[in-house]
Amino acid sequence: MSGESGATAPSVQLELKDNVLLTTVDRVLDWARLSSIWPMTFGLACCAIEMMATGAARYDLDRFGAGAFRATPRQSDLMIVAGTVVYKMAPKVKLLYDQMPEPKWVIAMGACATGGGPYYHHGYHVMQGVDRIIPVDVYVPGCPPRPEALIDALLTLQEKIRRERPLTQRLRQLWSK
Amino acid sequence: MAMKIEEVIAEVMEIAGEGAVQEELDMPGPVLRVPRESLAKVMPLLRQRGFDSLMALSGIDYQGMKKYKADAGDSLGVVYHLFSFAERCKITIKVWLPREDPQVFSVAAIWPTAEWHEREAYDMFGIRFEGHPDPRRILLPEDWEGWPLRKDYQMPTEYRGIVHRDEEGQA
Repeated sequence: MSGESGATAPSVQLELKDNVLLTTVDRVLDWARLSSIWPMTFGLACCAIEMMATGAARYDLDRFGAGAFRATPRQSDLMIVAGTVVYKMAPKVKLLYDQMPEPKWVIAMGACATGGGPYYHHGYHVMQGVDRIIPVDVYVPGCPPRPEALIDALLTLQEKIRRERPLTQRLRQLWSK
Repeated sequence: MAMKIEEVIAEVMEIAGEGAVQEELDMPGPVLRVPRESLAKVMPLLRQRGFDSLMALSGIDYQGMKKYKADAGDSLGVVYHLFSFAERCKITIKVWLPREDPQVFSVAAIWPTAEWHEREAYDMFGIRFEGHPDPRRILLPEDWEGWPLRKDYQMPTEYRGIVHRDEEGQA
């Protein structure tokens, strides 16, 4: 800026340059969501042990804003299906997913949750992948996956959320009607 | 009061009547196979004679077990492993049950630990225990069909609308 009248003082100009940041509401929403993914306290088998290790001090999920394991689906954003889903448990898993408020995401942790794992062929009682009842965002291979793998899944999910742009999607839905 | 295992065997063989046999197996303690009708008399007797612990109660499907010394055909069975803490001795009782009507006396009133064991045998083999206080499935959901540990069990194709694929990947 220059000129005599209505000119901004150079110091204010500098302040603006260093402290004002332009973005979209969409991006702020994405950033807020991906920075505080609260998982549900929910484990089904041995994968849950690795999930607990991931949440504890050594691997420290709090670094990614995802360490606040909630004891109720109603306060959770993320369902980590950690373990073997047997048919007896399937309706309960579906119910817990339905009880979570939007927006919500699912990580299928380990071979069992991904596709039945070692029980695929001869397990009469194991559901062959949790994606038969609920939508899955990230699949984690391993039996069980190490904490690093689960953290990688979380970072992958964060990248996915970063691109979601919820308001744009909502507008597109409204316009397409 | 000391218990002589030979006397107990003789008593059991007598009370069990015709069809009772002692199996010669490499096992700790004697192995007696008794007719299922006699179980309601044999088991209280063994409890009285000092076998205060039911270590295990297992269901068995003998179908296709050709190596077995006495041919059980395709019958089902229940095996009771008993132990006496006072005498430090074991005894094994077996019953064979016809596949069409696998029904047997419940020992849950004699050894309370049998309650869940019998529910498991019912859950996996469909063996019904007469006089059981709570004869429900214990592991599988209540609306499950079939008895999974039977040799002729057919794998499910679906459960409550969830498709289950077989080995070839067919629905």
